[in-house]
Amino acid sequence: MSAVLPLLDLLPAAGALGLLVAGRERGERIARPLGVAVAGLTTLLAVLATGAAVRTRGFALQVDTVWVRALGVHAHLGIDGISAPLVLLTAVLVLCGLVYTWRVLPEPGRARELVGLILVLESGALGTFTALDLLLFFVAFETVLVPMWFIVAVWGDPHDPVARRGAATTFILYTALGSAVMLAGLLLVGLRAGTFDMTALTAMHGAGLAAGTQVVAVLAIGLGLAVKTPMWPLHTWLPGAHTAAPTVGSVLLAGVLLKMGTYGLVRIVVPILPAGARAVFPWLGVLAVVGILHGALACLGQRDLKRLVAYSSVGHMGFVLFGIATLTPVGINGALYANVAHGVVTGLLFFLVGSLKDRFGSVELSRLGGLYATHPRIGGLLALAAVASLGLPGLVGFWGEMLALLGAYQAGTLGWRLLMVAAGAGAVLTTLYFLRMLRRVAQQPRDPLAGSVPPGGGPLDPRSDVTGFEVASFSPLVLATVVLGLAPWVLLGLTDPVVRLLTGGA
Amino acid sequence: MSLTQSVDLLAIAPPMLTMLGALVVLALDLLLPRGLVLARALPALGALGLAALSELALASGTRATFCVPGPGAPACSFVADRLTLVIGLVVLAGAFIVGLLSTRTVVEDNLPAGEHFALMMFSVTGALTLAGARDLLTLIVALETVSLPVYAMVGLRRDDRRSGEAALKVFLVSVAATAVTILGAALVYGTTGAVHLSRIAAALAQPSPAADARALAVVLVVAGFAFKVAVVPFHGWVPDTYTGAPLPVAAYLSVVSKAAGVAGLVLLLDLGLAPAAGTWSPILAVLAAATMTVGNIFALRQGDAVRLLAWSSVAQAGFIVAPLGAVGAGGRGAPSALAASIGYLAAYAVVNLGAFSVVTVLARDGAGTALAGLRGLGRREPFAAVALAFFLLCLAGLPPGLVGLFAKVRVFGPPVQSGVGWLAVVMAVNVVLGLGYYLRWVALLFSRGGPDAQPRRVGTADGLAVALALAGAVVFSVLPGALFGLAG
Repeated sequence: MSAVLPLLDLLPAAGALGLLVAGRERGERIARPLGVAVAGLTTLLAVLATGAAVRTRGFALQVDTVWVRALGVHAHLGIDGISAPLVLLTAVLVLCGLVYTWRVLPEPGRARELVGLILVLESGALGTFTALDLLLFFVAFETVLVPMWFIVAVWGDPHDPVARRGAATTFILYTALGSAVMLAGLLLVGLRAGTFDMTALTAMHGAGLAAGTQVVAVLAIGLGLAVKTPMWPLHTWLPGAHTAAPTVGSVLLAGVLLKMGTYGLVRIVVPILPAGARAVFPWLGVLAVVGILHGALACLGQRDLKRLVAYSSVGHMGFVLFGIATLTPVGINGALYANVAHGVVTGLLFFLVGSLKDRFGSVELSRLGGLYATHPRIGGLLALAAVASLGLPGLVGFWGEMLALLGAYQAGTLGWRLLMVAAGAGAVLTTLYFLRMLRRVAQQPRDPLAGSVPPGGGPLDPRSDVTGFEVASFSPLVLATVVLGLAPWVLLGLTDPVVRLLTGGA
Repeated sequence: MSLTQSVDLLAIAPPMLTMLGALVVLALDLLLPRGLVLARALPALGALGLAALSELALASGTRATFCVPGPGAPACSFVADRLTLVIGLVVLAGAFIVGLLSTRTVVEDNLPAGEHFALMMFSVTGALTLAGARDLLTLIVALETVSLPVYAMVGLRRDDRRSGEAALKVFLVSVAATAVTILGAALVYGTTGAVHLSRIAAALAQPSPAADARALAVVLVVAGFAFKVAVVPFHGWVPDTYTGAPLPVAAYLSVVSKAAGVAGLVLLLDLGLAPAAGTWSPILAVLAAATMTVGNIFALRQGDAVRLLAWSSVAQAGFIVAPLGAVGAGGRGAPSALAASIGYLAAYAVVNLGAFSVVTVLARDGAGTALAGLRGLGRREPFAAVALAFFLLCLAGLPPGLVGLFAKVRVFGPPVQSGVGWLAVVMAVNVVLGLGYYLRWVALLFSRGGPDAQPRRVGTADGLAVALALAGAVVFSVLPGALFGLAG
C-alpha cells in the first residue's frame, strides 16, 4: 500500500474543492497561486511515481480497495512504463497551463472557476492513466468532460459566443456518445470475464472471452476511444473545439484529453481483447492512414494558424493509431512515443499560437508575417516546434512516427506495406504544410499595406517578444522536445518492457 | 387450522404508522383553526420519520405475515425484506421532502392544509403496503391506495382551472389502467389458480394447455402497470398533469407515486411472472426503448423547467424498466434485473427530487418556472445554481454526478450481460439525447445576463428539503455502494 497514487489523483480535485468552499472573493484572490501550488505539488508526486515505475517491473505503487461492492468496482491504482510518461506529461502540461493562466486570464476572467475546472480535469486525466479497474477507468475518463465543456463554452473565443458554445456542445455530445457505447463494451468484457480488474484481465490475455464477444467489445470500446483520440472520420468535433477553446484549453485538449483515447487502446484493447484486436485493427490501420492524409491535406487549406495546428493533431494522432494498429511491439512503442511527442510539441504549438493571439488578437495567416524580424524569439520557438512536429530527426517528433512506420513494415503483409507508404506520404505532406506555414508567418514580411506589426487586440503588448511568464511556461516543453529527441531511449526504455508484456511477451 | 391469523405487527409497522399519521392530521384538522399549517405538517412529517425508523428496525432480517399454509412452503401476502426496505425508504424520504416543500406551497396556493397532508399520508400508506405486497390482490389494492389520493392532491388548487383539468386527466388514465390490470389479474388467477406471487411463479413454470390465455393475462397486467408508470405510449397525461398540479405534488408524482408503480411492476414481473419472461421481456424492451426515446426527444424542446422535468422523468422511466427488457426466457437473470431497476429507481428518486426541490424553491413568490428565468442564476444565487447543476449532472450520469453514472452502469449491465445489444445501443444514444437538454440547462444557469432579481429569503423547510436531497446525492456519489448495496 502506498498513498502516492491516491494522493496524486485526488490532490488536484481537493484543490478545486478548496476553491469552491473558499467563496467568491477569497477564491478569486487565491485561485491562481493556489492552482500553481497544487499543480506543482502534483508534478512532484508525478515525478515520484514515475521514479517508482522506473524501478519496478510491472505495476508500481499499487493500491486496491473495494469502492462499490454491489457493482464490483475497485479503486485499483497502479503505474507502469506506459502510464508514467502520460502521468508526467499531464502534470507538467497542467502546471505550464496554470503558470500561463496566472498572467493571461482569458475572457471573462473568473479565475476561481477556471482554475478549479482545470484541476478537476487534471484529477480525471491522472485517474484515467492510473486506473487498473475498467469501471474506475470509465469514471475517470468521464470526469474530464464537464470541465472541458465549461472551459470551451465559457472561456473560449470571446468574439464568437455562438460558435464557442456550439463547439463545446459538439465536443461533449460526440464524446459522451462514444463513452456510453464504450461503457457497454467495458461491461461486456467485465461481466463475461467475471472481473473488472485490468491486471487480472491482462493476465488472462483474452482467455475465457469468445472471439465474437471480443470483436463486439473491441468495436464498442474502440468507438469510445476513437472518438476521443480522434480517429478519422470521428474527428469532426476536434477542429471546432480546438479553435474555440482558450489557449490553456487547447493545450490540455491536445496534450491530455486526446492521449486518453490512445492510452485506452494500448492499456485495455490490445492486451485484454487480443483476438478482437487482430480482427479489427487492420481496419483501424486503414482509417488511421486516411486520418494522416486527411489531416495533412486539410492543413494545406487552412487560413487560421490555430485551425492548422488543430488539423495537424488529426494527422499526428493518425500516426499514433497507425502504430497501435500494427500490433507489433515496435509499432506500439512508436505509437506511445508519438503520443507523448504530440502532447509536448502540439502543446507548445498551441501555447505559441496563444502567444500570438494574446498580442495580435487573431491568428489568421493573412494577418501574420515577418515574425523573425519583429519577434525573433517567438518566431524561433515556432520554428522549433514546427520542425519538431514535422518529424525532423534529432527532435522528439521523429522517433515515434519512424517507429510506427517500421512497425507497419515488420507487420509483413503487402497491405501493411502499402499503408506504410501512404502514411509516409502523409509525413511528407506534413513537412510541406509546416514549412509553408513557417515561410508565411516567420520569414516573409507582412503585407506592407497592413503595417510592420499587426495591430494589437489581445491582452499583451503587440510589440513585445517572449515575456518571462511565457519562458517559464514554455521551457519544460522546449526542454522535453530536445532531450527526448536526442535521447529516445529515456522513454523507450520505460515503455518497451511493458509493451512486450502486453503484446504477449514476444 | 385456527380461524384467527397471527399478524406480525412489526412487519406492517411502517404503513400502520403512516396511516395513523394521516388520521391524526385529519383529527387535528377538525379541531384546530384553518391557518395553522404547521399543526398539520408536523404530525405528517413525524409519522414519516417514525415509519422510517421502523423500517430501519426491520433491516436486520426478513419477516413475513398474512401467510397461508398449503402444499409446499407457506405463501405470504406481506413480506418485509431488503426489497421492501429499499422501496419503503425511497418512498418515505421522497414523501418527507415533498412534505417539507408543501408547507409553504399550501399557504401560497391556498390549499386546504389538512386535506393535503392527510391525502399524502394515505397515498404513502399505499406505497409502503405495495412495497411489501407479495400477492396480486394486495398489490393492486395498494397501487390504488397510492393513486386515489393523488388525483385529489392534483386537483386541490380550487381556484385554478388547469388544476382540475390535470386531476381529471390523471384520474381517467389511471382508472382505465386499473380496469386493464384487474382484467389481467383475473386471467392470471384463472389460468394459474394462485394469487400469491410465489405460487403464480410456480404454476407458470409448469406447462399448461391454456398457454395463450396465460400470455394474454401477462400482457394485460403488464399493460395496466405500464399506464401507471407512464411508459410510452401511456405517457400523454404526464406533462399537463405535472404543470397543472402544485409543484410539490408534481414532485410527488414523479418520485413517490412513480416509485410505487415501478416497484409494483418489478415485483410482479420478477417475483410472480418470471417464468413467463419470454412473453413480457421483449415487450418491455420495446416499451423501455420507446419510452426513453420519446421522453428525451420531447424534453429537448421544452422551455419550462417543470415540463422539462416531466418529460425527463418519462425518459428516466424508460431507463428504470430497461433491465426488465433483458430477462431471458424462463426468468434467467431476473434477480439481477430486479436489483438494477430498483438501484436505478433509488438513485433517480434522490436526484430528481433534488431538482424538483430547487425548481420549487426558485418558483416561489410567483417567480414562475420558465427556463429563461433561470439564466444567470449562478451569479445571483450560487448555492441554488450549484445544487441544481449537480442534480442535473446526476440525472445526466456525468461526473461529478457519480450516483447517476453508477446508476447508468447498473442498468446497462443486464442488457449487455444477456446479449440484448440493440437495447444497449438505444440506451447509449439516449444517454446522449438526455445530455443535450440537461447540459443546456446547466449552461443556462452559468451564462451571462438574465433578470436582476432581489436575493430572496429561503424558508427553513425549503432550505431543509434542498439540503437533504443534496446531502443524499453527495453521499451516494462518494459511496455509491451504500445505495446499490442496499438495492441488492
